[in-house]
Amino acid sequence: MISSHDPVLENALVKVRGLTFRRGERAIFDDVSLEIPRGKITAVMGPSGCGKTTLLRLIGGQLRPASGYLVVDGAEITAMSRAELMQLRKRMGMLFQSGALLTDLNVFENVAFPLREHTTLPESMIRDLVLMKLEAVGLRGARNLLPSELSGGMARRVALARAIALDPMMIMYDEPFTGQDPISMGVLVRLIKLMNDTLGLTSIVVSHDIHEALAIADYVYILSAGKVVGRGSPADLSQTDNPWVRQFVQALPDGPVHFHYPGAAFAEDLRL
Amino acid sequence: MLDLLQELGRWSLKGLQRLGRSNVFMLYVLGGIPMCVRRPRLVITQMFAVGVLSILIIFVSGLFVGMVLGLQGYNTLVDFGAEESLGVLVALSLVRELGPVVSALLFAGRAGSALTAEIGLMKATEQLSAMEMMAVDPLHRVIAPRLLAGIIAMPLLAAIFSAVGVFGGYLVGVGMLGVDDGAFWAQMQASVEIREDILNGVIKSLVFGVAVTWIAVFEGYDTLPTSEGIGRATTRTVVNSSLAVLAFDFILTALMFNK
Ligand SMILES: Nc1ncnc2c1ncn2[C@@H]1O[C@H](COP(=O)(O)OP(=O)(O)OP(=O)(O)O)[C@@H](O)[C@H]1O
Ligand SMILES: [Mg+2]
Repeated sequence: MISSHDPVLENALVKVRGLTFRRGERAIFDDVSLEIPRGKITAVMGPSGCGKTTLLRLIGGQLRPASGYLVVDGAEITAMSRAELMQLRKRMGMLFQSGALLTDLNVFENVAFPLREHTTLPESMIRDLVLMKLEAVGLRGARNLLPSELSGGMARRVALARAIALDPMMIMYDEPFTGQDPISMGVLVRLIKLMNDTLGLTSIVVSHDIHEALAIADYVYILSAGKVVGRGSPADLSQTDNPWVRQFVQALPDGPVHFHYPGAAFAEDLRL
Repeated sequence: MLDLLQELGRWSLKGLQRLGRSNVFMLYVLGGIPMCVRRPRLVITQMFAVGVLSILIIFVSGLFVGMVLGLQGYNTLVDFGAEESLGVLVALSLVRELGPVVSALLFAGRAGSALTAEIGLMKATEQLSAMEMMAVDPLHRVIAPRLLAGIIAMPLLAAIFSAVGVFGGYLVGVGMLGVDDGAFWAQMQASVEIREDILNGVIKSLVFGVAVTWIAVFEGYDTLPTSEGIGRATTRTVVNSSLAVLAFDFILTALMFNK
């Protein structure tokens, strides 16, 4: 296992220290510390419901932690005013798990939305930029469709085009590969990698697709039950003897990670 | 007994909390007015949506209400030989009372419920959340233009309602029952005051517009993001804003028309 004195992590874009976050009684995160290296692709994996989406929302400042520090590009998120937070968010892109396209706008207008809101570019420039982003996700031809006319996988790719519209410094992808056929999956994997390498972006990829995630990630975190249970480069992780990591990477049903949401024993629930 | 008191206490506490939340919400939304001024298209698009949604129902209801007023008014006035004043009766009832109130009730049922459902659905499908992450404040970008559009549309709809209603009264009174054409219009013109009647009617419908739209957008924004939550919020919009319209109508009438 790699300590946080790793040179890759020295110059981290996001630093999380002692993060605790609760939903009601349940602690989703309990004293979690991690860092997202600048200019790299970091994969965040973990069982469903362990708080991956919650982590992205915390980094984006949409949720406030109960305690702990969240520093993004040198600035402390929890201490920011609303205006400062808005400025920071202009430099972050987020791909929502559900896509979250604006249903009253067509595909073109959805991708143009951040450009229209935050820039005063002339219409011809907006058109070129939007078509470029749509071309990158292979949906230039679908620009006049409404979100209700898209498949789930297509909607996610439009959302991806929208997330990169403002050329952010960091993109958070929440399950970008779900619902993609092998071809568009391959294209997306290469696109994420390409953008990261050519534009110097920092990427956080939340994914269940272990092979894809390990293939593109420079660094991997595995979360479970409110803790970071594994971290390291993909090569480290595939060799580790850490039982949490092995269970996850090898997709074993039994091990320290429980498939079931915490609750009473099954027999008890059935009143046996 | 104690349970009942406890329940009552919890209930009123919840109500007060909602009231507080809706006020804070309104404050934030008002911060979006400058954006609406800079980008009037946002408001115009919404005015088109709430206006077109409501115009047909306003038109038809106005016509029928005016026709009923013509019939009822004639039957009463003819006993006193005063059927020439039918125009005054129809116009005053509409401009002072029925125009603002009935059109606000219809507006609540048609446009208010649609606003709540639309905003609630945007919340449930994470569209508002996504806007926030794109550094766009949904209170400014989504809510403020809708609120403004509702407030502007309401007096216009009330005016259409009253105008169509007067025409309905004319159709019945002059067309069917044989009231003198010239007397109908002349008496109306002589008795309806711009300030006293029309302005007060417009003020009423402005107040109703604020109340109905505020309730509608707040309920949408405050909804539980589930289909059941949206259904309940929509019902609450119609019930609460109808009650608010009737209550405000009493207060405003007492203030405006006490001689
Ligand atoms: N609005 C909410 N209110 C209460 N609890 C919530 C809410 N949203 C999420 N949770 C809880 O927080 C936990 C973490 O949710 P989160 O969406 O972050 O999971 P996730 O790791 O992204 O899961 P998945 O892989 O299925 O998307 C879940 O167990 C869920 O029960
Ligand atoms: Mg998730």
